[in-house]
Amino acid sequence: MTRIGVVTFPGSLDDRDARNAIAFLGAEPVALWHADADLQVVDAVVLPGGFSYGDYLRCGAIARFAPIMAQVSAFAEAGGPVLGICNGFQVLCEAGLLPGALIRNDSMKFLCRWVDLRVETLESVVTSGLSEGDLLRVPIKHGEGQWIASAEEIARVEGEGLVALRYCSPAGEVSPDWNPNGTTDNIAGLRNARGNVVGMMPHPEHAVDPDLGPTGGAPLLRSLLESVGVEA
Amino acid sequence: MKQRFEVVVSLRPGLADPAGRAVEESLPTLGFAGVSDVRIGKHIELVVEAPDAAAAETLAAQVAEKVLSNPVIEDVRVVPVEGAE
Repeated sequence: MTRIGVVTFPGSLDDRDARNAIAFLGAEPVALWHADADLQVVDAVVLPGGFSYGDYLRCGAIARFAPIMAQVSAFAEAGGPVLGICNGFQVLCEAGLLPGALIRNDSMKFLCRWVDLRVETLESVVTSGLSEGDLLRVPIKHGEGQWIASAEEIARVEGEGLVALRYCSPAGEVSPDWNPNGTTDNIAGLRNARGNVVGMMPHPEHAVDPDLGPTGGAPLLRSLLESVGVEA
Repeated sequence: MKQRFEVVVSLRPGLADPAGRAVEESLPTLGFAGVSDVRIGKHIELVVEAPDAAAAETLAAQVAEKVLSNPVIEDVRVVPVEGAE
């Protein structure tokens, strides 16, 4: 069975939901521990949401130096699929696996609500099974989700089509009115050039089971699982 | 030798500082007029043990640049504190 690793850092919160979602979608979740430099031969890695190390210093700044992160970086550089969700996205930016950084929401408020996302590229492990312009309803819950970078970096990200997901209206309109946290160009999720590393602030793992609400997260996680051999 | 350093981390100019803006916008309400450009950063102190002052400074600078600050969003300054240790 396809094995998907989910890293638990001290302060991770969504590791269990991520493992549940992976099992729900037909793969085997594997709990990985931050202090073990061992990926246990998984086929893909998820860095879950939460507040690793209490978000001390900066979000994701200390998790980046956890023993397992050297393995995750090597795995990503070898082309292995890595998905960072929320705090996991912040960790990937701090680790230099994705560009830019995530700072405080422009409203200064912690946001916990449903949002709509538009798929912007199919060249990533979480969107490869979708169509451009597909709309997905998933929840956000973060205080520091405003993605920023230098003007040159933003131009590169947009020019190379590295934006995987943008916040939008329920009808798919991308505009400042539908930007929940002030993030640059409504960016909700980014990929690396190769498409095997993706970071996103919204939580697909909380939106897979129809018994519990909208299921916009399922197609994203299903793409990830299909990219490593789980049958649709 | 032991050397104490102050590390000052500030958001790079031009970057949005929601915390600084929130403080700035609250100041008139609190009765303080004429205050602008409020920027919130971090102040960190640490003691480095090294063979000499130059080595201590190099180590403190490495820690400041690689861990204590994120070059994407922050500038960092390392200042030795004289006579503290």
